[in-house]
Amino acid sequence: MAKKSKNETNSVRVPVNKTYKLYIGGAFPRTESGRFYSPEVDGVSLGSICLSSRKDLRNAIVAARSAQAGWASRTAYNRSQILYRIAEMLEGRSEQFVAELKSQGLNVARAKKEVASSIDRLIYYAGWCDKYQQIFSSVNPVASSHFNFSVLEPMGVVFVVASEDSPLLGLISAIAPIIASGNSVVALASESKPLSAITLAEVLHTSDLPGGVVNLLTGNAGELVEHAAKHLDLNAIAFDRDNAEQLELIARESAANVKRVRKLCLDWTDVESANPYLIHDYCEVKTTWHPIEKISASGSGY
Amino acid sequence: MPTTLPSHFPTVDQVGVVERAARFTTRSIKKVAKMQGLRMVLNMIDLTTLEGMDTAGKVKHLCYKARHLHDQVEGLPSVAAVCVYPNFVGLAKKEVSGSEIKVASVATAFPSGNSSLELKLDDVRMAVDQGADEIDMVISRGRFHAGDTQYVFDEIAAVKEACKTARLKVILETGELGTLDNVRKASDIAIAAGADFIKTSTGKIKPAATMPVTLVMLEAIRDHFFATGQMVGMKPAGGISKSKLALHYLIMVKETLGPAWLDNHWFRFGASSLANDVLMQIVKQKTGAYQSADYFSLD
Repeated sequence: MAKKSKNETNSVRVPVNKTYKLYIGGAFPRTESGRFYSPEVDGVSLGSICLSSRKDLRNAIVAARSAQAGWASRTAYNRSQILYRIAEMLEGRSEQFVAELKSQGLNVARAKKEVASSIDRLIYYAGWCDKYQQIFSSVNPVASSHFNFSVLEPMGVVFVVASEDSPLLGLISAIAPIIASGNSVVALASESKPLSAITLAEVLHTSDLPGGVVNLLTGNAGELVEHAAKHLDLNAIAFDRDNAEQLELIARESAANVKRVRKLCLDWTDVESANPYLIHDYCEVKTTWHPIEKISASGSGY
Repeated sequence: MPTTLPSHFPTVDQVGVVERAARFTTRSIKKVAKMQGLRMVLNMIDLTTLEGMDTAGKVKHLCYKARHLHDQVEGLPSVAAVCVYPNFVGLAKKEVSGSEIKVASVATAFPSGNSSLELKLDDVRMAVDQGADEIDMVISRGRFHAGDTQYVFDEIAAVKEACKTARLKVILETGELGTLDNVRKASDIAIAAGADFIKTSTGKIKPAATMPVTLVMLEAIRDHFFATGQMVGMKPAGGISKSKLALHYLIMVKETLGPAWLDNHWFRFGASSLANDVLMQIVKQKTGAYQSADYFSLD
């Protein structure tokens, strides 16, 4: 009798499903708009996903702005460690990511490749954090008594419209080079495959990455890109979708505060798609003229 | 004005006050009403600098900002006042001359209030002699907690006398009072002693102004108005840096005291960074684009 009742208990076990929410300022709020959408794969719903509004975007940008200075002031070595840490956390949860990618319509082989490549990509940019500066900075010859040098500085807050088809690797490939130099990010996840982005948020949250450095939104790009492009407190926009109309809109509206706009059109599965020029893309060059003693007399300078 | 210490102080239903205050934050203020509210908030701000590192240059900068909030937008109201330490009153008075902006000065051994009454009165007279339109005094919290309410009352009355024609704001420093009952008690003492305004905080102590504390003080003002027909002003200070929160305060004032208090003669915000947030909201409403602090003058 006792055995039977135990079986009955097992049979009514209902799995507890995760609520997919946004990731803003190190917290997981629902969209302030109260709107949701249900992406489907082969007729099966992936769940109720937040349909972010322009106010969610605004809140995310406020969070990103307040986190940026602190993140940029970390040592390059520390940023490197944290990117490496994200990779470690991702490795530990790779099975969950593979399963989630499968539920979003990727086949097993591609899902495994996507996760493995994502981890490798983080390691790759972790390595660059304390090295890109040496590659891109310079001491410049000048004809006056100055020590003249140029170094890279992070731009500030970057909005990423992440890849639609590569929900994890595309997202990571876009944001890792941006945060490597000390920028903060607001990223819009794939609309049809949004689950991986939010699970990635859980990984970021446990990787010593300060809250607000990466903020993740789900929803419709068409609704948000115009507001992002007009927003004066964004410094750059990276666009990884195949939509010429939206890109044109972004480029036009970004003129008001001279936002930098980058169209990402790379095959992220190709290892050659990762390179330090993507770090350089979201940096500004600061050149310093430092007065020194007259160098012409000695015939030498820096 | 009655010049005796009240013998009875009402107690406060803390849970009720907190819930009532929370309800003001659920009102939705949009479009035209929001723009009106934002302009009203700007016009109620006491732009403040109260740092040990204040210099004449900083005070000039503050006064310039008070007169030219954001020249790109035409027809903006100016702030209500600038609030400085007594030694900068003369300078501030000169810098805002010709405008409607008042000069307020903290006095009475701000922010602790720990000094003799003679020195505090000298402090007040010095500020008034240099032309301060308003005096922000602090109450003696130590005496208050020791139960010496008569001393607190007499001190406020003496400062009020020293103010001559200047309006007196009495800072209760609610962050150090401990309970809402004490906030109510200190409010009643200050009002009875002749305060023209009661003010929550110095801005030096956390927590500074909160909505429940402000509500208790507004209710003290309301009860005094019902009893005597005399209006007293209110100034929450410290911790109000976002326009949305400022609008919530205005709703609370309107629904507790009525529209007569929605004027900078009777209600002020003690703040420094609030002005820029309100300006950014106003420009957002006009242009449709969210703004960046890069395009506004420093606080």
